[in-house]
Amino acid sequence: MTTEGNAGCARPTGGLVGEETEGSPEQKDSQEPRETRKMLMVGQKVPDFTAPAYHNNEFTTVKLSDYLGKWVVLCFYPGDFTFV
Amino acid sequence: MSIDSMFVHKMWNDDELAKMVEGGVPFPMLSDAGGKVGTAYGVYDPEAGVETRGRFIIDPDGVLQGYEVLTPPVGRNVNESLRQLQAFQLVRASKGAEATPSGWLPGKATLTPGINLVGKVWQEWKTEQAFK
Repeated sequence: MTTEGNAGCARPTGGLVGEETEGSPEQKDSQEPRETRKMLMVGQKVPDFTAPAYHNNEFTTVKLSDYLGKWVVLCFYPGDFTFV
Repeated sequence: MSIDSMFVHKMWNDDELAKMVEGGVPFPMLSDAGGKVGTAYGVYDPEAGVETRGRFIIDPDGVLQGYEVLTPPVGRNVNESLRQLQAFQLVRASKGAEATPSGWLPGKATLTPGINLVGKVWQEWKTEQAFK
């Protein structure tokens, strides 16, 4: 489900699975207008991603598709130590 | 999931949340530095540089069944999220034969959509059921 991560000095990041990495030649053109923001559609598959995580006193990496076969509630929030 | 690093997640969990919930947060706290995942899910606010309060219910096939997004100052209702999750689980277990009407709570009556229900919902379901 999760893979253990090592807590080095670099701040790890995740990202979308299957997405081209930023800075690839096709994406260099900065004149290109940013893609319009859009919402996901219910009834459709969600984008897969990996993300660094903290769980059970360990640093790990979570991949959403590892949870296929289970129900998932995914929550976003503005930031740690916010109040609500 | 927030834009905070997993290191900040650790500090928040260990120093504050563990005082609210015994043993700390029981699920993985995910980091989305840069907001790439939040952008794909439509909840990253690039001007504020943070994610809004988005909640997504994803079924065992990876299909999005429902979502709710709130601006930062208003918190979520966890019971409502659990109610929706239970409703989606019931519908899935019935292979779509049953549906949960407005106001449905676990244990309350469901509807069986089909030709026999056309024009007959008023007999099966009362308006008060939406409110209690």
